[in-house]
Amino acid sequence: MTKQSIRTPLGQVRGLGSARHGAGHFITQRVSAIALLFLVPWFLITLIGAVRGGYDGALIYIADPFNAVLIILTVGAALYHMRLGMQVVVEDYILKNSTKTVLLILNTFICITLFAAAAYAVLKIAIA
Amino acid sequence: MSSWTDKRPMSPHVSIWKWHMTMASSILHRITGCAIYVGAFLIVAWLFAAAAGPDMYEPMAGLIGSIWGQLVLFGFTLAMSYHLLNGVRHLFMDAGKGFNPKFASFTAGLALVLSVVLAVSVWLLAGLVPGVDPLSIANTLLGAAQ
Repeated sequence: MTKQSIRTPLGQVRGLGSARHGAGHFITQRVSAIALLFLVPWFLITLIGAVRGGYDGALIYIADPFNAVLIILTVGAALYHMRLGMQVVVEDYILKNSTKTVLLILNTFICITLFAAAAYAVLKIAIA
Repeated sequence: MSSWTDKRPMSPHVSIWKWHMTMASSILHRITGCAIYVGAFLIVAWLFAAAAGPDMYEPMAGLIGSIWGQLVLFGFTLAMSYHLLNGVRHLFMDAGKGFNPKFASFTAGLALVLSVVLAVSVWLLAGLVPGVDPLSIANTLLGAAQ
């Protein structure tokens, strides 16, 4: 503090610390991790198989109702988990408040946009 | 001159630490996490290309089928495998288990070794999906190498 302030030291730091969402972040990060523990191995195996099956193989894979639901679940849980993880990385390494805020907002936008694109693609193929 | 005027001792920075297995695993967990973040764009792009039609899908399939595409896809599988297995390790540590230094180093190394096993297993199992030629990948790799 270079400027003299009439605010007490406690008053100056109030509201600058924890947003009181730490436990929620911790728990949701782990709950999504547990879901992904089951979803990701299935997704990787079937996805890599489908990638090898050409355009028709890809459509058959995605159009299957069982696969369509599981793809949306996997991508959803993964993007949710990714957003939380990247949030921690940004908070750890970016000290400047404005840059940090911009990156955190960008992180949220990216993850939600990717989810919208993936869900649209799967539903378009599966329902059409 | 540093503007740091606080006389109290600073927490030592990363550059003075000796590298440990557990430290490397923690850093690698974060690196693979960031790599998967980038890879997620590719997965969504693949799904989107399939929905957009063959005009968009075929160039993408060609890219994935190339040697570089296959390397990226396998690298993605490897990063996922490591992050998943080390994530299991983290879940146990969250529950307060596995902190004995020797055991923690052992599980850190184990996650690294098993991630290679898992990634290779995933690729082998992917060949068993019905309607898919398990040898096409080998042919692609051989064809690209020649």
